[in-house]
Order: sequence, then C-alpha cells, then structure tokens
Amino acid sequence: MNTRTKEAIRYLGYGNHAVDDQTLALVEDSFRELDRAADKRIIYRIFGVTLEETNSIVIGKLNIVSRNLYRNLRDCGEAVLLGATLGVGVDLLMKRYSLTDMSKAVVIQAAAAAMLEEYLDECQQQLSREFEKEGKYLRPRFSPGYGDFDIGHQGMILRMLNADKSIGLTMTDSCMLTPTKSVTAVIGISDKKERCPVKGCESCDKRDCIYRRDT
Amino acid sequence: MIKDRLGKELLFFDGGMGTLLQERGLQPGELPETWNIEHTEEVFDIHRQYFEAGSDIVLANTFGANALKFHSDEYELEDIVTAAIVSAKEGANFGVHDGREVYVALDVGPTGKLLKPMGDLSFEDAYAAFAETMRYGEAAGADLIHIETMSDTYEVKAAVLAAKECTNLPVFVTMIFDEKGKLLTGGDVPSVVAMLEGLRVDALGMNCGLGPEQMLPILEEVMKYTSLPVIVKPNAGLPKQKDGGTYYDVKPEAFAETMKQIVGMGACVIGGCCGTTPDHIRAMVAACRNLAVKEPVKKHETIVSSYGRATVIGDKPVIIGERINPTGKKKLKQALKDHDLDYILKEAIMQQENGAHILDVNVGLPDIDETAVMVEVVKELQSVTSLPLQIDTVSQPAMEAAMRIYNGKPMINSVNGKQEIMDQVFPLIQKYGGVVVGLTIDEAGIPETAEGRLAVAEKIIAEAAKYGIDKKDIVIDVLAMTISSDPDGAKTTLKALKLVREKCGVRTVLGVSNISFGLPYRPAVNSNFYTMAMQNGLSAGIINPSSEDMMRSYYSYCALMGYDENFESYIARYGNRTAQAGPAGEPKTSGMTLSGAIEKGLKEEAHQITEKLVREMEPLDIINQELVPALDKVGRGFEKGTVFLPQLLMSADAAKMAFAVIKERFSGADTLDEDKAKVILATVKGDIHDIGKNIVKVLLENYSFDVIDLGKDVPPERVVEKAIEEDVKLVGLSALMTTTVVSMEETIRQLREKKPDCKVMVGGAVLNQEYADMIGADFYGKDAMQSVYYAQKLFEKE
Repeated sequence: MNTRTKEAIRYLGYGNHAVDDQTLALVEDSFRELDRAADKRIIYRIFGVTLEETNSIVIGKLNIVSRNLYRNLRDCGEAVLLGATLGVGVDLLMKRYSLTDMSKAVVIQAAAAAMLEEYLDECQQQLSREFEKEGKYLRPRFSPGYGDFDIGHQGMILRMLNADKSIGLTMTDSCMLTPTKSVTAVIGISDKKERCPVKGCESCDKRDCIYRRDT
Repeated sequence: MIKDRLGKELLFFDGGMGTLLQERGLQPGELPETWNIEHTEEVFDIHRQYFEAGSDIVLANTFGANALKFHSDEYELEDIVTAAIVSAKEGANFGVHDGREVYVALDVGPTGKLLKPMGDLSFEDAYAAFAETMRYGEAAGADLIHIETMSDTYEVKAAVLAAKECTNLPVFVTMIFDEKGKLLTGGDVPSVVAMLEGLRVDALGMNCGLGPEQMLPILEEVMKYTSLPVIVKPNAGLPKQKDGGTYYDVKPEAFAETMKQIVGMGACVIGGCCGTTPDHIRAMVAACRNLAVKEPVKKHETIVSSYGRATVIGDKPVIIGERINPTGKKKLKQALKDHDLDYILKEAIMQQENGAHILDVNVGLPDIDETAVMVEVVKELQSVTSLPLQIDTVSQPAMEAAMRIYNGKPMINSVNGKQEIMDQVFPLIQKYGGVVVGLTIDEAGIPETAEGRLAVAEKIIAEAAKYGIDKKDIVIDVLAMTISSDPDGAKTTLKALKLVREKCGVRTVLGVSNISFGLPYRPAVNSNFYTMAMQNGLSAGIINPSSEDMMRSYYSYCALMGYDENFESYIARYGNRTAQAGPAGEPKTSGMTLSGAIEKGLKEEAHQITEKLVREMEPLDIINQELVPALDKVGRGFEKGTVFLPQLLMSADAAKMAFAVIKERFSGADTLDEDKAKVILATVKGDIHDIGKNIVKVLLENYSFDVIDLGKDVPPERVVEKAIEEDVKLVGLSALMTTTVVSMEETIRQLREKKPDCKVMVGGAVLNQEYADMIGADFYGKDAMQSVYYAQKLFEKE
C-alpha cells in the first residue's frame, strides 16, 4: 500500500485497524477520480526571518507572535512562504458526491487531504535537495492555524505570494482557504541541520486526537 | 474615440506595473495602490515612460483598488482611484511627443476572493465592489475600463455588468488561460468567448499567465470563436524562480518578434503583462507599428456555455434534458413545494450521467415565488453540474433574474412570434446574452402548415435583428403536435424542421415526446419520431435522457451519420451488450438477508432483496425486523471502534435504498413520514466546510428524522427564522474553526432569545465538551452517531 493510501485510511479514522476491502476499493477509486479532477498548483517565495524578543517573529510584512512557530524557526535566517492548492475541481467533486453517495464523499475528502500532503511533501523534498547543495536545511512546514500560529495571518501570506492571481488561492472572511483543499505554510531555512526533525502530526500538542499518526 | 479605432488599426497597451514598482521599493504584501498617493512621482514616471515607448493606452495603477481587496485605514478608495487616473493622464502630457491620441484605462483586477458556491463572496457583493471603483474611475476621467487577469467567468460577469450598468465607458476584458487553454476555475476558450460576446464587451482576449510563445495556440482558438477585436498581453515568458523570487527572461527583441506573429494571427490590441518593461513595449511598437490589421471576422456558431464548458449546437445534434420541469411530474412538484433542492440536484446529476448536454430548468408552479425559486435553483445547479442550463419560464422577471446570476451564456426558453413577448424577451438577450428558443406561434396561434411556421420563424429572426441579436443566437422550435389529435402533425413538424433549416439557416429545437400523447406504449413512437426529426434537421431534442429508447435513437443516429468518430460513444455505451440480452443477470443475493446486505453496505443487493421482501411482508415489519436492527448493529460497531465511518455510511446508503423501495411499493407508506420529528442542520455563517454536517444528515434521515438542511455559511437569522416557521425542536450546528465558532455562539444566543424551546446540538473539528458548554450548546456530538442518539433520546421523552 502506498503512502497516500495509508494516510487516507488514517484520516478516515482507522487508526491501527486493518481496512476492509470495500473501503480500500473506494479509496483507490477516489484517487483515480482525484487524479483527473485535481489541478495541483504551488507558489512560493523566500523571505528573511528575524527572531526578535521571545516568541516574536518578523517575516517581510508579517509580524507573528507564536511560541510554536518560534520554536520551529529556531536558528533560521530565512523562510519559504508557500501556498498550494488542488483547485476548485476537487470541491465540485466532493459536493456532487455529498448529494449522491455520502460514503464516497467522505472517502474522497480523506483522499484529497492525503493527496495534498503528498504533493507538498514532494515539493518540499525537491526544495530541500536544492538547498542542501548550498549547505542549507529545511524545517518541517508549519501552517497558520497550527498550535498558536494565528490563522489571522493567512491574508498577508496570500498577499505576499500574490496567490490569488498566480494559483487561484483565496480565503473567506473567516480566513478559510478557498478552494478548500489548499494549504499555506512557512518552512524555515537554516544553516544547521536538525537531528531527526519531527514532522507535522507528531509535533502537535493534541495527544488524544483519534487521527494521530503515532498512536 | 477609441471605439472607432478598435479593430481598424493596431493599438498598443503598456507593459508591467507591479514588477517596476517592486524595483522601486514596493514590498511584497504592500498595497501597490497606496503608491498613487505616497509615491506619486514614481507612478507618474512609469506611465510617462510607457507613453514615450509608444503605448496608446496605459492602465492606471488601480488593479487591486476595490473595497474587497484594498483595506487601508489611511486612504479612501475614491482618492486612490482618482490619484491613479490623474497620474496616468499626467504621464500622457509629458510622455506623448507626436500628438497621437492616447487613452487612460481604469484597470480592474480580480477581487482576490472566490465567489459562491465555492467561496464566500456573493455575486451581488462582487458587483457592488466593482461598481464602486468604476464610478470613481469614470468620474476621474478614465477613457475606458479594462477588466484583466481574471480567472473566473462568474467574477468577470459581475464586473462587466457593473461596467455596463454604472458607466458609459467602453469595456475591454482579458482573462488568464493556462497552457491547456483553461481558466483556473475550469472554463475553456469557447465558453469565455460566448459569455463575453453575449454581454457585449467591446474587445476581449488574454493576459498574464503565459509568455508570447505559449499564447499562440490559445490565440488561435480565440480567433476561431470570436467576432470581436482581440487583445493579447503576454508576460515576458513563463515565470522562473531565482533566489526565492520570480523573474521573467524573454528579452524585448524576442518579445517583439513573437508579437508580430500575434498581430499576423489577428490580434489588434497588444501589450505586455508581468515582467515586461518600457523597453519591451518600445521594441514591440517598432516591430509592429506598420503591420496591417486583420479586421475581426464574424462567426456563426451557436454556442451556450456554463462556468466550465461550452456546448456547440451544430450539425451534430445535442440533447437537452427535460426532467427539471414539474409538468406531469408529481415528485418534482412536491420537491419544489417542500423546497427539496437535493431532489432537483440529483435529477441534474443523473441526466448528466445519462448523456445530456444541456439541462432545461423550469420551476413554474402556481403557488411558488417563481423568481426566487428559479434564482436559487440555478445557483445550486451550477454548483453541481458543469452542463449549460436552459432557463425555461414564461415569467419575464424570473427570466431576467436567472439570466443575471447565471454563470455563462444560457439557453433561454422561450420567445415566440407575439409582439408583446418579443418586446419582453429580446431586450434581455441583448443585455445578458443567450441563445433563445423561438416558438413558431404568434397572435394567430400555431400555423397549421409548415410554410406558416416558417413565416413565424422569419418574423422572429427579423425582429431579433433590430436588437442586434444575430441569428446564431436563435434556435427555432417548430412545435411537435400530438398525432392522436392531428394525424398530419408529425409530417407538418418534420417538413417545417427542414424548411427552417434550409431557408433561415438557423438551428432547431423540439420537445419530442409531445408527439405520442394519448397513445399506448409511447417510447416506441417517441424514439422513432426522434430519429426522423434529427434526419430532417433537428439540432437539439428536449428529451428524457433516462429513457433508453430515446438514447438508443440518439447514439444510433450519430453513429449512422458520421457524428461519432470511430463509434467511440456508441461502443462506450453498448460495447458490452449483446442483441438478445434480456433483463440484468441473476441477482447475487442468494442466501443474503436484507439486514446482512445493510450491515455490509451493499446498496444494489439491498435494493434487490427489498424488491422481493415487499411482495411477502408488511412495510412496518420489514423496517422493524430487518432495517432497524441492522442499522443499530452497525451504529454500535461504530461506537466500539469495529466499524468505521465509510462503512457506517455505506450501510446508511444501503438502508436508504431499501426505504426508497418500500416507499415506492406502498402508496400508504407516505403515512410513515407524517409523524417524523423535524431537525434543522446548518454549517454556521463564515464556514464553508460542511462534510460533517452532511454525514449527520444522512444518518438522521436513516433514523427517520425529517432533516431541514440549510446548507453552509448560514446566517444566524436564517436558522432562527426557519426554526420558528417550522416549529423545530432541535437544531444541529457545525463549525470547523475557532474563527467560525463565534457565529455558532451567536446563532445559539439568537435561538435562546427567539425560540427558547429549541435544543441545540453542536459538532465540528474545533469543538469539545468544554467549548460547547462555553458557548451554551445543549449537546456536543463528538461523532455523527452521538448526534443521532441525542436526537432519539430527545424526541422519545416527548
């Protein structure tokens, strides 16, 4: 089973349980449909990072106060800001299945989330290889809304990336990204290699989450 | 006047603005429009350079100057727009040295928000934001409006309507296409061209996204479809990344070379976008100034469009699905009365899956507010289907309201030869665009002869011409009369089809199944008449795509007449069938019980077994002995963690299938519905993630609750109003994020005040018991089954 299939099944709440054949078939079918419907796009830019007094971070026009992000960006002089989306086609697909086949809608939603993460992982790995040539290392990506990184910063990140024009990524008044299967993130760049960097899920403080990867 | 020169001589736009401002110190994330006031000299200087380089039109620095994107505590939008126009005018004064006539365009970019249903911006709010900026622009002295860098047809439509209704300025529109010729929102070239021509913009084309080379194939397609002057404004190549920033590397000379080619292909207004500089424009003007301009060529294709695709009504016939029309359809009537939009949306999806190309939408019933319902249904339909819609109504206000909010160029059903009707309908087509069905009937009734119907068709076409409506935008319906009352009816219709095709050269449409009214076994007559009609020139049959007889005629006709290349469609549909195939193969249900099928989530099997059971058992017995125990078992499994969400929902779907069979078989089973408890579900205002709410809905319906689904992004007032109107005792609310829990709290507060006997259950990713208590909810459902159990307990007590 490939990674994205495993991840989709985890998002469906299976935890350590084995997946049944019917659901597995639905997951695989969903990825096939998503491969047709998704229009993956990414935009990123690199900015200088200034870590000021405790927990205060300046990245271009962003002024962020966040303990979690501060810890994440320790030893970083620069950061990648990125936005990525699977496009509106995926939202339409989910809407259609919500009407005709709810189990499929739920599975597509999980598969789309896994697909987006996989896409970001691939992009990040590629960036990582390029930076390592210059002796620089990337930190795990960190998004507004994670931990105490205020989601209110979403708007400025989109503006700094010109994300609406370049990849069609926008947000609602309540800072939710539209299309819904989209991500913005900060990735720290440092001269120091971090030993065994902790990836997204495991670094979260919500230890009782049923979707948690290491439970 | 720029309009007089358009299409007759080459006109030159300017190049990039953003990249030049960045070189002068604009920071990423800073609002470039503030520079109109804070750094007036810089903005003015860029304009001056472009005029010196040879631009005839420059864009004022107003790309993001709309109330939705431009938020500043320091400056008023009006001052920003005015300063921008003034700077550009000044630039002309100092930059034009040869006395040529030049123009300043108000630059209108996207709002930076996604429109509903995919985003949270309403069409009306987008319109208002554009209108505000455009009024300021015209007052400040702009010579034209250039709407550019658009990637959503719906947003563009709002902008064009605002420009047309609120100003007297010429309107240019350019969109961003990707290398596949698609917009970010999925639209293609013919759909964009059809919609913009329908809205009567003055010139259209493309900008940004691509370099000049990559634009060539897309320009070729634009030229194939448009009759208007074409604008092309490429970037200086494809964006490249270096040192974390974006740059473009096509040099001025190379840029100019390709622009020559672009003029040769027929573009007559050219310029540059991101990465282009005054040097690019100077080189382009020098290379192209003396080139001959190709005058725009009129095109004759009949095209309707949706946000995502265009349907060409050409030699190959197309299918218009007739199912969304309450005439003679009891269930649809009920759905419209009950406001059951899901039923209508499912009909649309089914027709699309069965092969329809366009969907007819008629919601006319005596007791409903047709305009409001039509608008709502059209809005919802365009969120689940990419098929173009045919707006079918005799109410002029409903027609106009639907045309206004329709995302594309609709088909309109209908106008006829009566002067009064033509006076009502043609102004709407003139304003919003559309392909209109012309019925061959007038003040004297339906002519009995084919020649008489031809005469009415000719009258309709002539009257439309007075409004500048081309005959490509008219399809004639020569009307199919029931043969049981008029034995010559079919012959007259077929002859009229042929006459109209030959003499008027317009496309035709027909409601096919009328022909057999009053006869037994109607599909036989209908499907044969359908073939005959296509053979005599029918371009678009209004039929039921779920009727296999009709579809068989359609696919056979296309295969026979060479409209189905390599028989692809025919084989895709019939490749697996043999001529003798009787009813579907043996059911795979031997030994399986209904409860077993439901537990395993097998929809088809549940259907088959229930079909058998209804012949042997009472409906209530099936429900109580098979359905309910199976659902309970699955629900308990979900609680214990042995059954997972997809399985729970598959079982729910299987159970739903069984319920449907039971309801169909026992007409008295309607009484099962009567004492269902009502529950309102809504995803709160500001929140657009509604999958959790939809899961709860499916399960509640399974447990016999009557769910009133208000959808997503629902204002508190709407929930309260509905709760009072339907006297509902339980409301379920969902929210995904901390930013929207505020609306949840407000909804609860208003419910407490105005409908105190109503309980509220809440759920969603961000919530927990503590949070739910804090905002005053009665119950927190950590998963979908918990909500069901709570609802059951609540209504048991009563």
